[in-house]
Amino acid sequence: MDLSFSSEELAFRDEVRDFIAKNLSEDARRGTRLSPSAIPEKPVFGSWYTALGKRGWVAPYWPVEHGGAGWSPAQRYIFESECSRAGAPRLLPFGIHMVGPVIIKFGSQQQKDFYLPRILSGEDYWCQGYSEPGSGSDLASLKTRAVRDGDHYVVNGTKIWTTHAHFADRIFALVRTSDTPKRQEGISFLLIDMKSPGISTRPILTIGGDHEVNQVFFDDVRVPVENRIGEENKGWTYAKYLLEFERGAGFRATGLRRQMKELRELIAQHAGGIVDADASIASRMSEIEIDIDAIEMIELKLLSDVQAGRNPGPISSVLKLRGTEISQAITRLGVDVIGYDALVWEPRRPLYGLNEPPVLPEIELAVLPAHLDTRAATIYGGTSEIQHEVIAKQMLGL
Amino acid sequence: MDLSFSEEQRLLGDAANRFVAGRYSFEARRAFLQSPEGFSRDIWREFAELGWLGLGIPEEFGGLGGGAVETGLVMEALGRGLVVEPYLATAIVAPYLILALGSPAQKSELLPQIVGGQLLLALAQAEPQSRFALNDVTTIATRTATGWTISGRKQLVLGGPWADRLLVVARIDGERRDRGGIGVFVVPAQSPGMTATDYPTLDGARASNVVFDAVALPPEALLGDNREALPAIEAAADAAIVAMSSEAVGCMQVLLDTTVAYTKTRIQFGKPLADNQVLKHRMAAMAVKIEEARASALHAILAADADPVTRSRAASSAKVKVGRAGRFVAEQAVQLHGGMGVTEELNVGFYFKRLMAIETIFGSTDFHLQRHVELSRAVNAA
Repeated sequence: MDLSFSSEELAFRDEVRDFIAKNLSEDARRGTRLSPSAIPEKPVFGSWYTALGKRGWVAPYWPVEHGGAGWSPAQRYIFESECSRAGAPRLLPFGIHMVGPVIIKFGSQQQKDFYLPRILSGEDYWCQGYSEPGSGSDLASLKTRAVRDGDHYVVNGTKIWTTHAHFADRIFALVRTSDTPKRQEGISFLLIDMKSPGISTRPILTIGGDHEVNQVFFDDVRVPVENRIGEENKGWTYAKYLLEFERGAGFRATGLRRQMKELRELIAQHAGGIVDADASIASRMSEIEIDIDAIEMIELKLLSDVQAGRNPGPISSVLKLRGTEISQAITRLGVDVIGYDALVWEPRRPLYGLNEPPVLPEIELAVLPAHLDTRAATIYGGTSEIQHEVIAKQMLGL
Repeated sequence: MDLSFSEEQRLLGDAANRFVAGRYSFEARRAFLQSPEGFSRDIWREFAELGWLGLGIPEEFGGLGGGAVETGLVMEALGRGLVVEPYLATAIVAPYLILALGSPAQKSELLPQIVGGQLLLALAQAEPQSRFALNDVTTIATRTATGWTISGRKQLVLGGPWADRLLVVARIDGERRDRGGIGVFVVPAQSPGMTATDYPTLDGARASNVVFDAVALPPEALLGDNREALPAIEAAADAAIVAMSSEAVGCMQVLLDTTVAYTKTRIQFGKPLADNQVLKHRMAAMAVKIEEARASALHAILAADADPVTRSRAASSAKVKVGRAGRFVAEQAVQLHGGMGVTEELNVGFYFKRLMAIETIFGSTDFHLQRHVELSRAVNAA
């Protein structure tokens, strides 16, 4: 057991640093800092995404034959830490971490050939059609219906909390194709073109003042049957596979460390020395660092176990639960650090493209919206309460 | 980077768990505690036969030459069994100080006896006024024509009543809290001028408060003739903290397993307690705390040989994480066992008390949070 890097790993780190120095623009960094919501918008991540695509680093964790990089756990960790440290934008998870792995595991050859390259190039921007107004944590109760009509499905219903539906080219959606008594057995997984006639979206503004999520309506939308993943009525299996990726994939700790780095910069610039003046802020910073150390160790161990062929199990729920709580603790500390400035409301968006100067200094602009938006983190992707259910059932047999 | 256990490490962990399960049942432990000495010399002999007393001692002195990973594996098993024998004091802290400070002659004399189980040692470090500050030393060592004399008071000498010799931290030079001028002396138990008050500790072990009144020692009593021993004492304390973190994880895991098993079988309102969501989620929260504590302990284990700031920061991290987790898991285990949880008829309360002791030994959670703040300032300024 050894945490230190080998000379090969150090050489890889230099390679990543060199790549970042050459390809990560100041605009992308600034846009990332000024993106309070979970995922930055296309103008922020576009050039970075393209550069990664050219290098073959957009979806490094995919199997090599589909465009993955074939990295060791150490290389993954190095790449993620360096990107976070440099303040690179987080990439959209919907294609890379969600539908991509599902297509790779369950899709037809035709689907793989068509969709995967478009994710890697950034040509296709995906969104996720899971939740519905009546189906949140109880996802299997979903009602959006797909009725077979020749070689098409006709889809009617509505999806909600659809992040970036207003930018997306495609949506992967769970739809009801059968009314079996066991609800999970009547669900299918469809890939739908967002330009299809009959699709409309309604923006939903969240408490941070951001337009990130939407409601999507399907009104007699015709979807070719060949756009179905796997078998009809087996969609729940694919959906669960995806959820495991959503909860467990990626590195929470490196993102949390980036948040802490930004918080330290905020403290340094806002009121120089506030940490020395306010012992409780320094203690809270340390508590958070200690939490992050633990989360990072769980992630590294998980990576190592997966590499060795062991099943990571419900530990991804622990990471989701604690990672989001820690993120909330950091943004709440940010609000406390800026004091009265947290009462200044900036309604304009995007924060990286304001025409008139804001009331607040730029470094504080995203602090309050980030805090408010982060309240959603313990709700989306399976609420903290659902994670407790998963842990109780799968780790403790309860 | 490599985070997998080697085959040898896996075997060691399995052997340690098997030993504790077989030799250290609740009833066996109770008998050891109630014996006149309060611990089992048979168990100690078996530790020596298994090689565990030399786990961290280099092979040239008869040890196995292992590191913090191996120590952690054994400590986790000892935590599962609530082992009271003075493993931490004799097999972890003492060898660490002797290796860091001792002269070649002292190493050759003392280390093989530790490995063989013939020599029990205890650390006399804390003083009535020092609380958790390792640099706060008022026990004075004075050079004389024939050697040294030591005068002062030491408290909570863990395993003191069992020790053949004490490692006494004393000030050779400077003021009360100076970092310089501190040495570690090897003092035979019951030396003339020493008065020990022995007492049981809350976790079933035994300790002493010791008064030194001009205790005369030969010149070679000072470990390595080293008058700047504080960095080594801090490193030894970090090593102890890291080892206790693994021990605490062992304790917590038993508490969780016991609580889950109990709530599955205890019927109230016509159904098992475990069917209630409020209890299920509480146990899930216990599991989460344990996973974090385990990770934090591993993080500190892997930083054991790093530079002092990184090492100490990781040790304080683990102390805080494990301290909080231990509290939560132990309190919830008692709570979920209901009335039986507060009795001496179940083992739950004994794990609770050991976790309390671990929380305090070598510094409380608050102390280490503050230490982490100070060390972080150094890191972030760099």
